[in-house]
Amino acid sequence: MSDPNRTATGLALRDITIMLRQARLLTIDACVAPGDVLTVMGASGSGKSTLLSFVAGFLDPVFFATGSVLLDGVDLTTLPAEQRRFGLLFQDPLLFPHLSVGGNLLFGLSPDIRGRAGRLAAVIEALAEVDLVGFADRDPATLSGGQRARVALVRTLLSRPRALLLDEPFSKLDVSMKHQIRTLVFERARARGLPVLLVTHDPDDARAAGGQTINLSPPCP
Amino acid sequence: MARVLAPVPNRPGSPLLILLPVLAFALLIGPVVAGLLGAVLPALGFLPTLGGTSLSLAAFEELSTEPGLWWSCWLSLSIGLVTTMISFLIVMVFVAGWQGTRAFGFVERLVSPMLSVPHAAAAFGLAFLIAPSGALMRLVSPHLTGLTRPPDLLIVNDLWGVSMMAGLVIKEIPFLMLVTLAALPQARSRELSRVTAGLGYGRLAGFTHAVMPLLYRQIRLPVLAVLAYATSVVDVAMILGPTTPAPLAVRVLQWQSDPDLHRRFVAAAGAVLQLGVTAFALLIWLTGERVMARLCRIAAPSGHRYVRDRTGRIAGAGAMILSVAIIVAGLVVLAAWSAAGLWRFPDAAPLSFSLANWARALPSLVAPLINALAIAAAASGFAVILALGALEYEARAGKTPTIRALVVLFLPLLVPQIAFLFGLEIVFARLALTGTLAAIVVVHLVFVFPYVLLSLGDPWRSWDRRYGHVTHALGKSDNTVFWRVRLPMLTRPVLTAAAVGFAVSIGLYLPTLLVGAGRWPTITTEAVALAAGADRRLIGVTAFIQAILPFAGFALALAIPAVMFRNRAQMRPQG
Amino acid sequence: MRRTIFAAFSALIGFAGLAQAGSPDPSNWQALTAEAKGQKVYFHAWGGEPRINDYIAWAGRTVKERYGVDLVHVKVTDTAGVVSKILAEKAAGRDDGGSVDLVWINGENFVSLKNAGMLLERPWAIKLPSYAYVDVAGKPTVLTDFTVPVDGLEAPWGMAKLVFFHDMAVLADPPKSMAALLKWARANPGRFTYPQPPDFVGSTFLKQVLFELTPDNALLGKPVDDATFAAATTPLFAYLDELRPLLWRKGRAYPQNYGAMRQLLADSEVDITFAFNPSDASSAIASNELPDTVRSFVFDGGTIGNSHFVAIPFNANAKAGAMVVADFLMSPEAQARKQDPNVWGDPTVLDVAGLPAAERAVFDRLELGIATLPPEKLGRTLLEPHATWLARLEVEWARRYGVNQ
Repeated sequence: MSDPNRTATGLALRDITIMLRQARLLTIDACVAPGDVLTVMGASGSGKSTLLSFVAGFLDPVFFATGSVLLDGVDLTTLPAEQRRFGLLFQDPLLFPHLSVGGNLLFGLSPDIRGRAGRLAAVIEALAEVDLVGFADRDPATLSGGQRARVALVRTLLSRPRALLLDEPFSKLDVSMKHQIRTLVFERARARGLPVLLVTHDPDDARAAGGQTINLSPPCP
Repeated sequence: MARVLAPVPNRPGSPLLILLPVLAFALLIGPVVAGLLGAVLPALGFLPTLGGTSLSLAAFEELSTEPGLWWSCWLSLSIGLVTTMISFLIVMVFVAGWQGTRAFGFVERLVSPMLSVPHAAAAFGLAFLIAPSGALMRLVSPHLTGLTRPPDLLIVNDLWGVSMMAGLVIKEIPFLMLVTLAALPQARSRELSRVTAGLGYGRLAGFTHAVMPLLYRQIRLPVLAVLAYATSVVDVAMILGPTTPAPLAVRVLQWQSDPDLHRRFVAAAGAVLQLGVTAFALLIWLTGERVMARLCRIAAPSGHRYVRDRTGRIAGAGAMILSVAIIVAGLVVLAAWSAAGLWRFPDAAPLSFSLANWARALPSLVAPLINALAIAAAASGFAVILALGALEYEARAGKTPTIRALVVLFLPLLVPQIAFLFGLEIVFARLALTGTLAAIVVVHLVFVFPYVLLSLGDPWRSWDRRYGHVTHALGKSDNTVFWRVRLPMLTRPVLTAAAVGFAVSIGLYLPTLLVGAGRWPTITTEAVALAAGADRRLIGVTAFIQAILPFAGFALALAIPAVMFRNRAQMRPQG
Repeated sequence: MRRTIFAAFSALIGFAGLAQAGSPDPSNWQALTAEAKGQKVYFHAWGGEPRINDYIAWAGRTVKERYGVDLVHVKVTDTAGVVSKILAEKAAGRDDGGSVDLVWINGENFVSLKNAGMLLERPWAIKLPSYAYVDVAGKPTVLTDFTVPVDGLEAPWGMAKLVFFHDMAVLADPPKSMAALLKWARANPGRFTYPQPPDFVGSTFLKQVLFELTPDNALLGKPVDDATFAAATTPLFAYLDELRPLLWRKGRAYPQNYGAMRQLLADSEVDITFAFNPSDASSAIASNELPDTVRSFVFDGGTIGNSHFVAIPFNANAKAGAMVVADFLMSPEAQARKQDPNVWGDPTVLDVAGLPAAERAVFDRLELGIATLPPEKLGRTLLEPHATWLARLEVEWARRYGVNQ
């Protein structure tokens, strides 16, 4: 695509500047097409996670931001997080410890799917797709790291997000798992045509993502 | 393209939510201010219903002629300061000397449950132990002492309030200990202590120089609350304190119930004087803080390592364990008396045990028990709702608690109870609210809410907010985050906070007495009413029940989540 | 505004309407019990003695069964506080729907309320059916309370007399006058004490000393003034000055009431105690508090005695219910049970000889207990001084002995 800012479909980050008090933390202007991955790289403190929270809709009030977030040409900047429908994955899977695996997924599952039986079937099917047959009644605390990461991904996908925001989601996985989960996430995003914003400090992630990479320079003093 | 300022997203939260913090704020400030006005105005002679319509200092003049007034003030002041100082020192020396050791964890587990033992029950237990005819003397008589009659020694009710100080210290140690435990991580105590140890400092010296400055800032308000409480406590004073004369707060209560209505002006003046005595004690303490801080700054550059602090460490641990042992032994003696037949001095055990005392006492304790449970359940329930509301508002509005908010929170704990409850009773009487259950619950809330909020605040705020982000990203509203994620995940701390509130409410004496107008006797007012006279067996039964009620609350707070989340490993207490 | 709130609140609770209905007439028993039915009577009574509390609870159950009256015992530590509460309500303009319906009272508290016009006006007590059996001839203290005429404004409930106790096993021959007591205390320092005034038993001890030592007893029956007080009390305070260092704890602490003093006897801390109730020791032996070697004695010259009553404040909310309770408390049935040392042991105000045979038999069957003196051995009854003496005595006591350092 010659001019990503003009793309009507996908996720657009337009003229975004984030300030911490008087200091400029970062500036970015980029666009991600459906199924593509935009990787934002930077050392810790570069503000890459802050960018992600701005896009997701829960920027801490100590920061101050200008610019806008568009999805398929619609400005979402003033919408609260729950109305943006951006799926979110952190380095921790953050499964709700008071719910079973199935409970976590039912909680995430879009309300468009109605009826007890239908919802349950959707959850069981989604678990099967990631090789977790029979895990619905399990306590999340009894799962391995890789299993948890898969459940977290499924929970996000079941909510029918319109884009994925990933905050170093693979950094806590061991090497063999990392590759597997990374592939799984990107495959699913591509299959569903979801634009993906990935922030990471791991060059391997960027390579695996295969899309555009933006390096955030350290903040201006 | 024009640069647009990205506005903060609208949070479609419930507009009613703001009501809860406002209500909480009003609850903390309102009764204290109304109560103080209700005391100050009559003290200055203004109480139209009793014919006082002009301002004068006559009440203070009459107050100053009360025999032994200044001694009463001195007692309040010295008991408050000494109690706070000793409790504080013991806790600090123990924490400094033992944190990170296995012994520390052991003592920590011993001390925590002691917090829930009501002051009155602990005081009775102590009295039953140390009196010349008490359990300790019985254990060693006659074979060690040769005594067949108790020695004529003034131990309980001694003139300087030493036994009263002891009774307060054993109860304030658990409180300060728990407050300190909560503050240690924020003060980065472990790390800093390792650094000082690496530099070759002894544990006590290293702690004093490196950890204390940060730690003390965190626990300062609770320490001041202990001081304010100890200068003005009534129930412990009635059980263990001197009587010729009594500490000031007890005397204010006596003047307040004098049949000569005119004495109400004196009582009001006394309440104001109590306010002054407590303020003076706080002032002395605050001055002492500065002096200590300066001494530390002077001592630090000398580089003395004070490595040989074994004696200090052992003394600290000994004092901690002793304080627990006294409370436990006291409860055991209470239990023994509650089931004792004839038990004369110097017999170490009663001639017989029977449940007759319980059978005799229980019928008349049913109503006080139900009242206490109802009041405590209502007060702790409302307090938890208010605290959740305030915390949720804070979270949604993105606010962080300020030191000013913290002072407001501690206000009811820093103002002597007798000073504003006295006036509050006058205000309630004007509104014909005295003796209503609603009034009692409101007054209990004033004292229960701060503890509930303090107990809930830390776990609530340290909840990983990314769970909220994930939930929002799943398309869920703030309310869903609250009801379906945050609240269930924090079930345990919420129930613990409720149990703390329940325990505080059960132990409240003066608020129940003054605002309840005697119509709502609770197990605590019954127990203290027996203090002056009745049979030890009956005191044993009543105080024992009083002591186990809070335990029951904490047991429930542990059991409910354990059952609810029996298949959820991560919902179990960590560590 | 405040009045509006108050009015709204009273209306809400329904106090205002009830109280305006006019005071009930005790001579119309039928109407009285009809009106009393369903009322809640807040009975403010000293609550420091479990036996008495149990007795009141029994009375409550009985009046509930028979008259549908709900009796709530508000346990107070000091009746003075109740007086102060009623006064405060009057001051606050709460002329009806008051929080006290019935109060256990006598002496200076009665006088305070009577003089301030804060008792139910009209002699209601003498119109109650049970009053017919009250021994007005043999027990003059039911007519004059601390020398002040009762005027039917309170209903007699019980008799009190100062009685001393000692443990035979320890002290065979106790002193039987104040002079002898002092002599005994010199030989046995630290073995005697008295409850700290203004506890009523402690104050009664002061009055007993006063009676025995004052030069002119007649003065005590009149209202006190500075001159008579000084003249009458000089020997009293000389006595107490001498006694103080010989007291338990050298007078630096005192038991707070007679229950605490009884515990001291049980613990062998003291050898002589006293109570305002002749059967106190028998009851305490029955409940394992005291050994069965404790016995009663009285002084040769007599001891202070009085009557205690129940009264209804002017603004009581449940006046009819309160009258029904007062009548029941005076009834032979309730009086006999009260006199039983296994229950309470408080002597009756009734003329037992004048009772119908069946009721008299109940009294005759009572076992007084080994430590209780029969009525004929209780000795002469000394009358209470005029009510004005007490406050003066208490203030002076507090000034002289209430501060120790």
